[in-house]
Amino acid sequence: MTAPRTLYDKIWDDHVVHQAEDGTCLLYIDRHLVHEVTSPQAFEGLRMTGRKVRAPEKTIAVPDHNVPTTAGRDKHIDNEESRIQVEALDKNAKDFGINYYPVSDIRQGIVHIVGPEQGWTLPGMTVVCGDSHTATHGAFGALAHGIGTSEVEHVLATQTLIQKKSKNMKVEITGSLRPGVTAKDITLSVIGATGTAGGTGYVIEYCGQAIRELSMEGRMTVCNMAIEGGARAGLIAPDEKTFAYVQGRPHAPKGAKWEAALAYWKTLFTDEGAHFDKVVTIKGEDIAPVVTWGTSPEDVLPITGVVPAPEDFTGGKVEAAKRSLEYMGLTPGMKLTDIKIDTVFIGSCTNGRIEDLRAAAAILKGKKIKDGMRAMVVPGSGLVRAQAEEEGLAQIFIDAGFEWRLAGCSMCLAMNPDQLSPGERCAATSNRNFEGRQGRGGRTHLLSPAMAAAAAITGHLTDVREMMGETV
Amino acid sequence: MDKFTTLTGIAAPMPLVNIDTDMIIPKQFLKTIQRSGLGKNLFDEMRYTQDGQEIPDFVLNQPAYRKAEIIVAGDNFGCGSSREHAPWALLDFGIRCVISTSFADIFFNNCFKNGILPIVLPQEQVDILMADAKKGANARVTVDLPSQTVTTSDGQTFSFEVDPHRKHCLLNGLDDIGLTLEKAAAIDSFEAKNATLRPWA
Repeated sequence: MTAPRTLYDKIWDDHVVHQAEDGTCLLYIDRHLVHEVTSPQAFEGLRMTGRKVRAPEKTIAVPDHNVPTTAGRDKHIDNEESRIQVEALDKNAKDFGINYYPVSDIRQGIVHIVGPEQGWTLPGMTVVCGDSHTATHGAFGALAHGIGTSEVEHVLATQTLIQKKSKNMKVEITGSLRPGVTAKDITLSVIGATGTAGGTGYVIEYCGQAIRELSMEGRMTVCNMAIEGGARAGLIAPDEKTFAYVQGRPHAPKGAKWEAALAYWKTLFTDEGAHFDKVVTIKGEDIAPVVTWGTSPEDVLPITGVVPAPEDFTGGKVEAAKRSLEYMGLTPGMKLTDIKIDTVFIGSCTNGRIEDLRAAAAILKGKKIKDGMRAMVVPGSGLVRAQAEEEGLAQIFIDAGFEWRLAGCSMCLAMNPDQLSPGERCAATSNRNFEGRQGRGGRTHLLSPAMAAAAAITGHLTDVREMMGETV
Repeated sequence: MDKFTTLTGIAAPMPLVNIDTDMIIPKQFLKTIQRSGLGKNLFDEMRYTQDGQEIPDFVLNQPAYRKAEIIVAGDNFGCGSSREHAPWALLDFGIRCVISTSFADIFFNNCFKNGILPIVLPQEQVDILMADAKKGANARVTVDLPSQTVTTSDGQTFSFEVDPHRKHCLLNGLDDIGLTLEKAAAIDSFEAKNATLRPWA
């Protein structure tokens, strides 16, 4: 009888290739996702040493960070450096024979949306990518985390990673969410409670009724921001919803392999009595729609709150809050709902899936955005875009006054033409509100797609529940 | 990768907490397909005005710290993205060591791959080093990896922990990939076993 194990323990154990005396492990990697920004130096390293990609069939590349989200981008990308990076990925994918979705392919999109959509991401796998939001794939019960470019080269050459095991952390969300509260509000509220370093050194397993009740899309939103809480990876045990999502996708197993996979996936849960080094419990009923006020994802407050003062904090956070308030142009004591918004961005690997577009469209239906507001929707993949068009969501956005863009990372990190100007204030469904993240001097408030839609209509941060006829 | 053994150099104080990778190297500089040349854009938006003029108050623009080789930083240094451009930019500027109370995981890992030593010390010791760093260019801090110690300009010595494998690689300037390829037989046998146990993977 083995000791009770967590879900993380089980996936880890099944991927150890070699363990050294000091506990350093060589871990096998099942899926390696690649994008154009963090991979050129790694492929160059392979060329310089004459090494090959060990498992090209397990390596999947897609350009997403640099690509413009406007028409004509498959013919020409104006920015020369961006074009060179995308062309480098085109060439590397061809030269090394890896799976590739070029800009011209309808399946192109943000790597963390394409992976699950195409069935590359499966329960119990190890998934890595040179991108911190690889945590997203944990929603399937896959051990997924970001790596640096040196490690990208290491995985390309060896299909393994040198790792030390992290500690186990459990985040339980009990009960059910109230109306108007979403997966984004869960994940931001957890970071608000634990801080951006609260998960450092841990792999988080999210559990509890409110997590079970989320769709796969919602679970991806929760795991996506595990990294903003400092944890390399977030995990959710697979269940019937997971299996239903995976079944029939292009790269999901079929026939006898499907049956064998299913039997294995059903063993992927934390055993009764397994040890967690840290436990955080939050009542689902206590979570409100939230927004960020500062320049760290931990600067989270319910929309009913007011801008805090630096004195409300202790230690190094006092100076940081002072700097944040100055950068954000906010005064302590001001109601969050009085903060005026110039731009609304709906998209990103956090909230660029079909359910996110449905939630925003439900608020926008039959309404117009505020005069002078700049608003854009950037679907997470070409397939999400096509589905939204088929469901009539695209027309709702267009009628409301939104720009309907092509798939990519867009304004989440502004490596492409979608950027904020200095002082421009944006309600964004993305994941980081760092200084300059969306453009130098740009001011970011993170929130859910429904909350972003509400802000687009009123022109200021807004409690979406008021638009849904809910009492606060 | 360059070896790291001992280093005596100027330490720049950066007490701000949560210094993220977008601050260390903003996204517009990630469009390079090379590893070198990022030092001039290290901390770009804190270091230069919009029109490219140096901001005199910023620590690395002050005469005492222009040749800093060590940064003493506030908590949770390197949080945010996985961009290895952050340690590349630090290294290209000349920084070989960062000392803080904690680091974000991916950044911490990336440092070791590039010959940069990140050191975690308790708050009270970081406070002493921060005060020492604020004395300027004449206050030189010594980092000794073989003995795992940091010594202030006035001779106070603190011990730090470092993973033995990473220490070995830093001391010898070793390339991880070469080491792993020596275990190719173990990878082969794992793949063979996996093809039976998890044929869908």
